Amino acid sequence: MTDTTMRATADRPSVGIFGPHILVFGTFVVATVALAALFPPLDTWPEEWVLPVREWVTEFFAWLGAVAKPVTRTIAWLLAQPLAFVEAVLYRGVPDWGLKPLPWVAVVAGAVLIGHWLAGARLALFAGSCTAYLAVFGLWQDSMQTLSIVLVTVPLAAGAGLALGIWATRSARADKVLNAALDLMQATPHMAYLAPVVVLFGFGQVPAMLATLIFAVPPMARCTILGIRTVPSDVMEAGRMSGCTTRQLLWKVELPAAQQTLLLGLNQVVMQTLAMVVIASLVGASGLGQKLLYSLQQLQIGKAVEQGIAITLIAIVLDRLTRAAMHRAPQRIPDGTAWHVRHVHLVAFLAITLGAVLLAQVLPQLSVLPRNMTLSFGQPINDVVRWISRNLYAYIKPVRDTITIWLLLPIRDFYLWLPWTTFIGFLALIGWYLGGLRLALVPVCLLGFMMVAGFWTPLMLTIYLVTGCTILAIMIGVPTGIWASRHPRGAKVTLTICDTLQTFPSFIYLIPVIMLLQTSDLSNVIAMLAYATVPAVRYTYLGMILVPKATVEAATASGANARQRLWKVELPIALPEILLGINQTIMMALSMVAITALIGSRDLGQEIYKALPGAETGRGLIAGIGIAFIGITADRLIGAWARRRKKDLGLA
Amino acid sequence: MTPTAKISCRNLWKIFGPTPDAFLARHGGAPKLEHFKAEGMIGAVRDVSFDVHPGEILIIMGLSGSGKSTLIRAITRLNDPTAGSIMFEGQDLLRVSEDELVELRRHKMGMVFQHFGLLPHRTVLANVAFPLEVRGSPREERERRAMEMLKLVGLEGRESYFPRELSGGQQQRVGIARSLAVGPDIWFLDEPFSALDPLIRREMQDEFMRLQKMLKKTIVFITHDFEEAVRLGDRIGIMKEGQLVQLATPEEMISQPADDYVRQFTSNAPRDRVLSVGSIASHMVVPPTGAGVAASAKLGDAAAQVLASDAPLAVLDDMGQPIGSVTREMMIAAMFPSRDADKHPERQP
Ligand SMILES: Nc1ncnc2c1ncn2[C@@H]1O[C@H](COP(=O)(O)OP(=O)(O)O)[C@@H](O)[C@H]1O
Ligand SMILES: [Mg+2]
Repeated sequence: MTDTTMRATADRPSVGIFGPHILVFGTFVVATVALAALFPPLDTWPEEWVLPVREWVTEFFAWLGAVAKPVTRTIAWLLAQPLAFVEAVLYRGVPDWGLKPLPWVAVVAGAVLIGHWLAGARLALFAGSCTAYLAVFGLWQDSMQTLSIVLVTVPLAAGAGLALGIWATRSARADKVLNAALDLMQATPHMAYLAPVVVLFGFGQVPAMLATLIFAVPPMARCTILGIRTVPSDVMEAGRMSGCTTRQLLWKVELPAAQQTLLLGLNQVVMQTLAMVVIASLVGASGLGQKLLYSLQQLQIGKAVEQGIAITLIAIVLDRLTRAAMHRAPQRIPDGTAWHVRHVHLVAFLAITLGAVLLAQVLPQLSVLPRNMTLSFGQPINDVVRWISRNLYAYIKPVRDTITIWLLLPIRDFYLWLPWTTFIGFLALIGWYLGGLRLALVPVCLLGFMMVAGFWTPLMLTIYLVTGCTILAIMIGVPTGIWASRHPRGAKVTLTICDTLQTFPSFIYLIPVIMLLQTSDLSNVIAMLAYATVPAVRYTYLGMILVPKATVEAATASGANARQRLWKVELPIALPEILLGINQTIMMALSMVAITALIGSRDLGQEIYKALPGAETGRGLIAGIGIAFIGITADRLIGAWARRRKKDLGLA
Repeated sequence: MTPTAKISCRNLWKIFGPTPDAFLARHGGAPKLEHFKAEGMIGAVRDVSFDVHPGEILIIMGLSGSGKSTLIRAITRLNDPTAGSIMFEGQDLLRVSEDELVELRRHKMGMVFQHFGLLPHRTVLANVAFPLEVRGSPREERERRAMEMLKLVGLEGRESYFPRELSGGQQQRVGIARSLAVGPDIWFLDEPFSALDPLIRREMQDEFMRLQKMLKKTIVFITHDFEEAVRLGDRIGIMKEGQLVQLATPEEMISQPADDYVRQFTSNAPRDRVLSVGSIASHMVVPPTGAGVAASAKLGDAAAQVLASDAPLAVLDDMGQPIGSVTREMMIAAMFPSRDADKHPERQP
């Protein structure tokens, strides 16, 4: 162990960043609170000082929508064509020509064969049974509608991301611009894009696809950049020495060699696209998402569960398939292998499809499963929910109320009471201490803008929910992470659970929460929590297992007991890593803000949601950007803090 | 410049850092080592001049970080040099356009890399055919040629394998086959065997010599292993901190090292197989008593005879005429040099 670490841990057993500055901070808080009491504008930004930014934005988009009509119409038409084709194949058919859609049996067979081709029998079985679930539970039509959007959006997003990524690796300027743009695009919640898209493109499948595209492109672009940058230099040089032109180098060396990372990008695109399924239904995308949203709002839990499972299964199958593609090494094929042997999966698919189409003439059940042959477990689930609310609610309610009254409401009231000068000033002071003027300006500009634009209350309510969620996530996640770091077998289970929790599309968590807690602030927090605890666990685990063994042993040798070791040695050293986890927790919680709006809230997410029907672009967009701004502020401050800790510990 | 040189480098510089050109200009085109240190620049290649003769194996040697790879990359223009000139078959390489450079690489240059640089998504055959593919050869022709190359390096039957299915030595054979596929005039090898196990390395060196006997290419070969250099090279250049310290035949280098740095490098050399009797003989001619030794004989071959003889032995030239003499002491001193003789009295006869 380096002696810097020993010194750092010895001198600074506490994790506080304030240290000697505590006086400065204390004085500042007292002073601003006192000042705010004397001058009310320093406490609450006066109504009449609010700039009509939202109106400006709304008007701008209205104007843009009118001016750009020919362009937007063309784009919409272009996007509609491939969608119409895929929809015809999967569920519509072409009635005018008397063509039927692909029989469901053929689609299931397709899933089986792709699974088998990519990873063998197990994946084949899994993909096949998941697809069969969609048919057997009578969700075929909706599922195929959703799948159509996914199948058209994914290649478009992947192509666009690929192009942007390539562009960024060709020019340093492009790289800079793109990076900033991607950061903002990813930090802004999905839903915020809906309002401008509606103004420009109206309601329907195509606007939904466009909104999805915006969210699905960044991960692909990032993976492309990463993939191309990490092609080994020997491979690149071998390509150049073989006499490749720049273009040949790109297509024949860089992209193929980056294949794994590109497929990872594709996987992310698929997952992002599915995450948008429900949200996109707000702008008129029909399919599973729309039905699920409807069920949730009607509190038809049984149906919601069936539909939620369907979306989740589609997500998991596509996830597994793309992952399998990523890990699939090219296969050696002996020379002289016949065409139909090389392409046995394709041949089998064509044969089965042909057979199914022909057989469907006599056995129409093969084409579309009639309603009376489908199953449902909606009723039993409804019964369970009814039973729970009749028998368990008496126990759940006190817990809910206790947490709400003792944790959530005090935080909320505190945030709403805080004068803006104190809140923003405090964050600025932390920024200044951690990173000078530049960092101090981040909260001032970003949060200040939201205030001036008249979003202070929803902003604080959002921060309140995120704070509540983060506190609970730390209380659950950090001990879990520590526990996992001590029990290798437990770690495996924990990490698997973490993986699984993250594969589910985020809105799935709304279902059980509504089921058990009905609508309340706590429901929102818990729905966020399901998603947001994962990074807290993961990073704590990582931080703990990265603590150098020698340091722990040295502490033991100096007579520290287990508890002292944890608090005085391991946690301080793991802190930078844990901080990064908390940072991620906040990002995840923020990404759920807009989604919990679907079950009722009063924060920025709700602003976005409410802005949709009236096409109040400004309101929705600025609220969305506000969520991004909270994220960026938290990210910069915590990031700076973690970096400083790492440097102090000599780990940087 | 010698008109016969295949490649001729003059005053080559390659500097890494923020503004290498300005840095070079600021110091009158010849910054000193302390200038680099003071300004945080890296002088990877500093003022290097040398010729590569047709058909020779020129070895560039030096410790890791001494600039060998950078030098070879400057010559191939994988990295553009900061200053200097490179003539390749009488053509100024630094003036050729990007298109001409691509043409040169497609027809005249081949290169082998330390970590093979194989394309992981292509079969062995497609890897070897790659340089032909990018220059537009029809499929049948390039695959025929690639098969020939694979036969040459002993990888027949592996053509449909993927690189990950091969051992390191086999992968490098693919790399060699690929670099030879275009029939290059000049062949660059950057530590081609350094990533391999010692046993395989030996085998690959033999393979390399076998190929060179058939192909008679002009070769620039980089290694950090002096033994390898001595085994393979016609001439050896030693680099230190970006400079070419000495360029000479292995024998000259051992018998007349330019400085202590070179001497250190050569200290582990298999002297018995490099040095010839002529290079250690004294000019004192003694009458041939019975059999003399040939001046061109390697020490190892003559050792038994010289060590067995109490009297000085005559050293004979090619015509059998005596040109000098060699004693047992001279032989021992040459084969087991010691920096400080007093500390190793047991080595004194
Ligand atoms: N692209 C680069 N940027 C900055 N420095 C480099 C670069 N490539 C090489 N160097 C530096 O140039 C020096 C010579 O490197 P190199 O030619 O790879 O040495 P060798 O091949 O002899 O091990 C090293 O100090 C290395 O760090
Ligand atoms: Mg090197």
